[in-house]
Amino acid sequence: MVRHRIPVTLEEALEHLNETTYKIIAGGTDLMVQNRAWSELPPKFDAPLLFCFNLEALKYVKEENAFIKIGSMTDLETLLHHPLTPEILRKVIYEMASPAIRKVSTLSGNIGNASPAADSLLALYALDAKVEIKSQKETRLSTVSELILGPRKTALKQNEIITEIIIPKSSFTQTCFVKVGGRRADAISKVAFVGCASVENNVIKDIRMTINAVAARLIRRQDIEKGLCEKTPDEVKQNVNAILEAYSTSIQPIDDQRSNKDYRKYTANNLIKAFLNTL
Amino acid sequence: MTKITFTFNGKPIELHTDPSRRFLDVIRNDLKHTGPKEGCGEGECGACAVLINGHIVNSCILPLANVHHQEVMTIEGFSKTKRYAVIEEAFIKEGAVQCGICIPGMIIAVESLLNRNPNPSDEEIRVGLSGNLCRCTGYNMIVKAVLRAKEMGKGLW
Repeated sequence: MVRHRIPVTLEEALEHLNETTYKIIAGGTDLMVQNRAWSELPPKFDAPLLFCFNLEALKYVKEENAFIKIGSMTDLETLLHHPLTPEILRKVIYEMASPAIRKVSTLSGNIGNASPAADSLLALYALDAKVEIKSQKETRLSTVSELILGPRKTALKQNEIITEIIIPKSSFTQTCFVKVGGRRADAISKVAFVGCASVENNVIKDIRMTINAVAARLIRRQDIEKGLCEKTPDEVKQNVNAILEAYSTSIQPIDDQRSNKDYRKYTANNLIKAFLNTL
Repeated sequence: MTKITFTFNGKPIELHTDPSRRFLDVIRNDLKHTGPKEGCGEGECGACAVLINGHIVNSCILPLANVHHQEVMTIEGFSKTKRYAVIEEAFIKEGAVQCGICIPGMIIAVESLLNRNPNPSDEEIRVGLSGNLCRCTGYNMIVKAVLRAKEMGKGLW
């Protein structure tokens, strides 16, 4: 018989994970929909569930040296209103889902679900976020981008749980988030874009661009970003076509129920271009 | 079977059931409260909204386990409060109710919004209610009703 667990402490959760395979569930906003059965029937999961959303010890936001550290069960609504939340992450969360869903959604859930259309990942990739991962015997760090292997696939081992999201503090002279979806609230992105840049004395010192829903994994091309640093905004604007050409090898969208290849590619290009034109 | 305890409209509840069940099913079938409705069943319409610790949550995608040790209030419990009476009157005065199926969820969303922000702007109201669909009113009367409720209920939130 399926034996779900509701651990009270992290230690207890790790102990369960060490014993057998569990599906870790936080707020459930993705998993409950993906595994829904008919009304009035319990959802169909292929493994027992480990309910972790009520682990109070994993709900916090704190500043430590050059990092903002977010407990993995902190909900997005709390992050939206928290003074330590990085500006670009706040901009993204503001347009994600609705107040009701944000109250039970987590960054760790967005990471664990590994959707190519996840919006919070845009900010986490751009901010070079890491995660702390724990098992009973080991604690390890991974960047968010290395942890995500493909649609719904992560490098998390079956005895591991994400305990913390670690974001290096950074400052930008401009940040931008644009989400293209079927509805202002509660939409899954057709394509979405995050751009962060620092322009000082008319020279680009730092630039980061991330795009979702146009490939199996989110796109961030640090090689292209590096090539734009130490240039003036005008030099970059004159070179837009070459920059888009460089991105085109990564922007490989698919057709699905939300949008199609051509629209996604065209829109992703326009979002990059529009951001570069604001520099 | 797992033991789940929580407060439901002010009363302590203890259930022995599958913790992965949708909280909406538990409310309607086990606890016999039919205020929260099933609309979309995937968190997009808000008809199933309830308050958990005073904040709106969609009960159709909430596993029962996640209300363990929490305080739950449905429209039935909320309808016994002064704040509800103010919101109800404002909705009536502005003609904000037509077919009515979204209204239990809509009122939960208004309470959750005013709880966090007793003086919301027009835009903040639209954002606060953005997870609740209404197919009758076109929303303008509902927004007006919230603007009226915040004036009528000054000091209550």
